[in-house]
Amino acid sequence: MTDGKPPVLDLRDITKVYGSGETAVHALRGVSLTVDRGDYVAIMGASGSGKSTLMNIVGCLDIPSGGRYLLDGTDVGALDEYQQAIVRNRKLGFVFQSFNLIPRMSALSNVELPLAYGGVKAGERRRRALAALDQVGLAARVGHQPNELSGGQQQRVAVARALVTAPTLLLADEPTGALDSKSSQDVMGIFDRLGASGRTIVVITHEEEVASHAKRVIRLMDGHVVEDVRTSPVGGLPPRLAEVAS
Amino acid sequence: MNAAEVLRFALRGLTANKVRSALTMLGILIGVAAVILLVAVGQGASRSIQDNIQRLGANSLTITPSTSGGGFGGGGGGGGFVRIAQGGGRGDQQNSGPRTQAKDLTVDDARALADPANAPSVKSVSPVVTAQNQAATYEGASHSIAQLVGTYPSYFEASNKPVVSGTYFYNDDVLSARKVVVIGHTVAQDLFGTASPLGKQINVAGVPFTVVGVLKEAGSSGFQDADDVAIAPLPAVQQSLTGFGPLGQILVEAKTADAVDAAQAEATQVLNQRHGITGTASADYRILNPATLQETVSAATGTFTVLLAAVAAISLLVGGIGITNIMLVTVTERTREIGIRKAIGAPRGAILGQFLAEATMLSLVGGLAGTLIAVVGAQFTIAGIEPVIVPMSIVLALGVSVAIGLFFGSYPANRAAKLRPIEALRFE
Repeated sequence: MTDGKPPVLDLRDITKVYGSGETAVHALRGVSLTVDRGDYVAIMGASGSGKSTLMNIVGCLDIPSGGRYLLDGTDVGALDEYQQAIVRNRKLGFVFQSFNLIPRMSALSNVELPLAYGGVKAGERRRRALAALDQVGLAARVGHQPNELSGGQQQRVAVARALVTAPTLLLADEPTGALDSKSSQDVMGIFDRLGASGRTIVVITHEEEVASHAKRVIRLMDGHVVEDVRTSPVGGLPPRLAEVAS
Repeated sequence: MNAAEVLRFALRGLTANKVRSALTMLGILIGVAAVILLVAVGQGASRSIQDNIQRLGANSLTITPSTSGGGFGGGGGGGGFVRIAQGGGRGDQQNSGPRTQAKDLTVDDARALADPANAPSVKSVSPVVTAQNQAATYEGASHSIAQLVGTYPSYFEASNKPVVSGTYFYNDDVLSARKVVVIGHTVAQDLFGTASPLGKQINVAGVPFTVVGVLKEAGSSGFQDADDVAIAPLPAVQQSLTGFGPLGQILVEAKTADAVDAAQAEATQVLNQRHGITGTASADYRILNPATLQETVSAATGTFTVLLAAVAAISLLVGGIGITNIMLVTVTERTREIGIRKAIGAPRGAILGQFLAEATMLSLVGGLAGTLIAVVGAQFTIAGIEPVIVPMSIVLALGVSVAIGLFFGSYPANRAAKLRPIEALRFE
């Protein structure tokens, strides 16, 4: 909180229980966590550690069973459904493992979609979408539909879609999980550059290689935070870029 | 997220599955086309029947003898006398109970009806005898005249049968029982071909009649050829063909269209008096009023039209259920897409709007196409009826099809909008 603004993420004793009674599954058993503006955090953990549940709660896709969650100073738990949709639209950008582009829509239309829901005018929308696609190096493929693009390209379109609204927080769930190593490098390179330019990023992964790109690595196990290591300062460059620079 | 945007998304959704969208539209198309076309056919049928009735002569009452109706006669002179149905044309009726002695219609009845003191609303009265299927010959050509009518000259006007060439016959001809005849179009063609029949002599059942006129072509009405007639003076027909028995009918023409009901009341009074019919006894004659006939017929055809429309409405309903079905499939199929849209911030209203717009578009486009087909189809003659499009039915059918889209689309659309993003995203 160097600049006096509230942290981007402020989780306080978040719990999540699926089911009830004897079959209840405690996915999160009290996670407290703050992420400051400009930080690049990797959340690691084996499957079943609760990292996907955490991601869904942070992304306002699911509601916690207990605890408080402040996103950019706003208590998300107090919002109604419509306001949550606005929060997802304005403050969050998602990148999923399986890309989740909408089929039969061009890359450009996919990237424009969040702006359309945000009520941005057509001309402005197009301009910003083209800028976002240019940022991920896909300016030449704006007219292609998802099934005409490779996995790496699809994921870059997804990154552009997440970026286009200039969200407070970029959330990525196993962004390289479905990609070959070359495409993974491309995507992680984009994340590094975004981290260097001061965008707040949370990446959920189980790969050490991916986590090594982040400025801070948090490990989850059985619904608890078990380790929280900072490898680079919040305002600095991500470790991979710092290596290149030195 | 404005309306144009929602429509664009909806259009994209529909074009993604063209065959499926087209088949769903077909259901609504058939429903709407059926409603409009069947109502048009009903309307056309009703109008053609009305025209036929009009052709009988709108201001005329037809009085026929009646042997039907049982009922106990009220102590009349001939009590207990069972009147056996008589005459070839009335053999289908049987009377089982005693009744007053029925009197036939006579020329005296007609004369009484023509008396302006008794019946001020009556313009003219024509007594009528009819001889069926009379063989007529002319120089080797022969034709069986379906109806040979013996009557007075006023019959032509009362029954709406104008002469197209030659003349009518006159009261003089009636008084002197001259054997002259006005023949219908069919008779003229069969006997004379293209030659002029005027002044020629034809033999009807061996009796020579001179043709003085030809009737205007009326066209066939139903099963009967209205042009297969010949009209001659009453006494001439009675002398030579039917004998001086009772009249077949009396045609009464009212002074104006408004006076028809009054004329009917007057005729009833006159005939009741002359035939000795009191309160409880059933009349031995029947008065056919084209106005009441018209009302009855339009009530019947109205019911008929409603029935047709109801059948068509059911097919429209089935089309609507088809929309629900397809939209449910679409929602299920696109659950993941809905999840993605929600994850990137689509509010519930946008999702609801998109799927509602898709359903409404399906039904509206189907409805418009159905209207087009119905309008084109109504240009053809269907089962002998020229359909008459009722503009209201178009408005109604289109309105209903949009309402169907909204109504039947709202359930699947609601289901889509209510999906929780996390569940929608996990859906495979």
